[in-house]
Amino acid sequence: MESANELLTILPLIIIGAAGLFVMMLDAFTGSARLAYLFTVFFSAAALVAAVSNLFGPTGESFHNLIVYGGIAAFGMVLVMIGTLFSVILTRDYLEKTDSHIAEVYSLILFASFGMLLLVSSNNLLTLFLGIETMSISLYVLAGLVRDRKQGVEAALKYFLLGAFATGFLLYGIALLYGASGSTFLVDIAATDDKGLIFWAGVALLLVGFFFKISAVPFHMWTPDVYQGAPTTITAFMATASKAAVFVAFILVLSRALPEARDGWSDVIWLFAIFTMVVGNILALVQDNVKRMLAYSSIAHAGYIMIGLAAGTGAAYSAVLFYLFAYTLMNIGAFGVVAYYEWHKGYDFTAVKNYSGLGFQQPVIGVLMSVFLFSMVGIPPFAGFIGKYRVFAAAIDEGLISLVVVGVLASAASVYYYLRVLVHLYMKDNETGITLERPGTVYTAVLLLLALLTIYFGVNPGVLTDLLGSFKGLHY
Amino acid sequence: MELLLNIVIYLPLFGALLLLFIRRDEWVRWTSLIITTAAFLLSLPLLLQFDISATGSAQFMTVGEPFLGDWDVKYMVGLDGLSMLLFMLTTFMAPIVVLSSWDSITKHVAGFFSMLLILQTGSLGVFAALDLFMFYIFFELTQIPMFFLIGIWGGEDRIYATVKFFIYTLVGWLLMLVALIYVGFAAGNMVNDGVFTTDWMLLTSPEFQLGLVEQTWLFLAFGFAFCIKVPIFPFHSWLPLAHTEAPTAGSVVLAAIALKMGTFAILRYLIPLFPNAAIAFAPMFAVLGVIGIIYGALVAMVQKDVKKLVAYSSISHLGFVVLGMFAFNTTGGQGAIIQMVNHGLSTGALFIIVGMLYERRHSRMIADFGGVAKMMPVLTVMFMIATLASIGLPGLNGFVGEFLILVGSFNSDVLGSYWYAVFAALGVILAAGYMLWMFQRVMFGPITHEENKKLTDINAREIGLLIPIMIFIVWIGVRPTDFTKYSEAQVTWLLEDTQNRAAAIAHNAAGQDLPFWAEKLYDITPQLASEPGLVIEKSEQSENPEQKRK
Repeated sequence: MESANELLTILPLIIIGAAGLFVMMLDAFTGSARLAYLFTVFFSAAALVAAVSNLFGPTGESFHNLIVYGGIAAFGMVLVMIGTLFSVILTRDYLEKTDSHIAEVYSLILFASFGMLLLVSSNNLLTLFLGIETMSISLYVLAGLVRDRKQGVEAALKYFLLGAFATGFLLYGIALLYGASGSTFLVDIAATDDKGLIFWAGVALLLVGFFFKISAVPFHMWTPDVYQGAPTTITAFMATASKAAVFVAFILVLSRALPEARDGWSDVIWLFAIFTMVVGNILALVQDNVKRMLAYSSIAHAGYIMIGLAAGTGAAYSAVLFYLFAYTLMNIGAFGVVAYYEWHKGYDFTAVKNYSGLGFQQPVIGVLMSVFLFSMVGIPPFAGFIGKYRVFAAAIDEGLISLVVVGVLASAASVYYYLRVLVHLYMKDNETGITLERPGTVYTAVLLLLALLTIYFGVNPGVLTDLLGSFKGLHY
Repeated sequence: MELLLNIVIYLPLFGALLLLFIRRDEWVRWTSLIITTAAFLLSLPLLLQFDISATGSAQFMTVGEPFLGDWDVKYMVGLDGLSMLLFMLTTFMAPIVVLSSWDSITKHVAGFFSMLLILQTGSLGVFAALDLFMFYIFFELTQIPMFFLIGIWGGEDRIYATVKFFIYTLVGWLLMLVALIYVGFAAGNMVNDGVFTTDWMLLTSPEFQLGLVEQTWLFLAFGFAFCIKVPIFPFHSWLPLAHTEAPTAGSVVLAAIALKMGTFAILRYLIPLFPNAAIAFAPMFAVLGVIGIIYGALVAMVQKDVKKLVAYSSISHLGFVVLGMFAFNTTGGQGAIIQMVNHGLSTGALFIIVGMLYERRHSRMIADFGGVAKMMPVLTVMFMIATLASIGLPGLNGFVGEFLILVGSFNSDVLGSYWYAVFAALGVILAAGYMLWMFQRVMFGPITHEENKKLTDINAREIGLLIPIMIFIVWIGVRPTDFTKYSEAQVTWLLEDTQNRAAAIAHNAAGQDLPFWAEKLYDITPQLASEPGLVIEKSEQSENPEQKRK
């Protein structure tokens, strides 16, 4: 009975793992991308339901303490599954329109998603490493999905080489921490008395590994190329689900393994948050390609989130989780719209000037894009604003006012590049002469749902903030 | 009544959603007109039921549940003497704005009118909000439609204008957001059992006492945001651009409603929240106000473009409002409020009239006109009234506001010098100069351009939309107390209460270690500590903020 309950705690993991294998076999025997798609959507939805129900269930550790479940881990699973489910639905239309719809996509997405689920529920640095690697290797392949596209191959190779390098840092950090504390369990590391050079070197290397995965400056170099080169909906998946998963794992490590060392890492994150916000926003200002712009904007968003990590209190972590939720919704939405515009001319129809005058052609899509972009700017009444507000507030409460002022000024600069897209959509005349086709009903419905959620959680954030607040004391 | 207030606020937003489902342009126009007219009519009972003698708290209040989790941030709207007139001005101008863009907007009609309606809900919310956080949300809600109104339906240089407008404003307001959060936590510790709060009633309660150094920084952060929005010299450079490039309706809303949000926010939040800093910085703001008055007037004088001229005259008029508020007496405060209304009416009318000329002539250059009075006699009369009102001719509304402000600043104890009034009065003279000169060049003289001979006078719709404004311009000029009575009690209370709280905080600060600049700024003498009266002791909770927070 005990073991059955243990299995329930990782039900989303089991569903997604089994689904990945099943879809891979399905592909081998039928080769039908359509069937693979349907099963993927079904299993992802099932895993999402399981994750949501875990959210309200008990919390604790299972599988010989290798896994944490409930609370923040369950919320991480929800984030990952939202990212997976919506990206999968958008992926199908996008790949069909660009004639690269192959069934392998879905099993790879499911495997990546499996890695993320493991990542957000890891209670041990080795579980964490397994999760990161499962996720990353699947993502390397996904980035180069379209084989005859130069940028895609470049993206995949770049991602792989740099990713492997960063993994080395991460693993070395884990090894050093093991050397210092004699264990890879998060709680044992927290309990270690000997905080000498080896311990701090381990922490530093671990931070480098995480900074690479969340694309903090100066470890961000891969991000724009990979985000631009990968198929757009896959970029959406990478930018949301994997980012969210790594951030949740980061919180787990910081709050469970290194709570005592907070004074040490808080200053480091403080510094890198400033780099990330400033550089991310400034480089985003000069991008002419919407996908690259969104890549730099996601770097900038990582910077804002790091403000919350630097604050390092329960309130700050719950603010970060809210931010991640809002970020997931609006980013999938924005990439979804970019993918929609892109498929009319094949790949790389993503220069911002290509968007001139498209806003009024399909008004619904235009309005949805406005919602996503204004939410990214951080303007009420959208969820992005509440996320930013809570993160800033948590930091101000901890006295990090100068950091918040930098964040605020950086986000004021960010307005320009988000607005630029809207300026082209609505205020310039159509130059390319393309006529937009109607997007599919499902496609529109998904984007609409994302926009409605963005508005709903902007107007009524209490539902979620109460839930996130209730995690306090359980896992951080 | 509470429900009615909410209906008035959200009816336009509902109307905006409705417009998305209407296909025919003609129906879109009629629906917007009906919605805005209904909102205006529904707001009248609020005015009639308003208790003019009430001070302190607001009326028709709706207080919602906290919606930000563990923070005490609530949906809170209501009206008081500070907001009543501006709220009515907003509902009153809305149908006029809709009518003024009846024919001139031909592309994306539904989009245009839904933006106008969303803007109205945002503006009404800004005036009615009683929670700083709600105020911020409603304010941003007005920025998005404004961005699109200028950017899509504006003139040649619209994109630069709208992006500059949006970013300029946002920079100020984001810095204010940081200060707002700080105020929220501080207020939570002092007056709300450690729970974050931005409730206006609590923020103005005597127990909420920010330290002098804190106050200075917070005041500057808030002040920066509001200065940009008003705009106060030297943060005005976005305004002429946005005004000139915006479509007529956008200019009217910007002048009549949106600019008032800045001045209103100064009166509602900046002055009462940071009483000591407000008094210490009052001369500085008054100087900036006077500079704005004279600078705006001088620049207006040399404009070749009528619309730009009116835009610069706005800077001049808003300088008066700022001067009046920082006079810290009832006369000045009353003058400021009525001047906000006046500016909304007369500048709104001027922008509408310039828009009418532009529709016929497709030019706004003064040099392209001349002798228009012969072709358009009805418009000339309207234009004349609006011009004279803007100058401040006795008997019309502009005089009332400017006179009260001049008297208020002349007698001000806080400003302590009559020179402010002297220089401000210079602005009135300059106004007569640039307005009348412009009027003469546009309307009188021989017709020098062939095109002007084909001008047709304004039609029934255009007359109809100007008449109500003209009625109020005369009404306020002749019987100002019909209007000033709404704000009198609350303004008196607010300014007195602010000064009392400032005295109490200064009393408690006496003897504390302050940085040298703060000592200079606030002039805290040791005698203050021994002075009796006006002292409100700090409450128990404020001494132990750390414990309370847990």
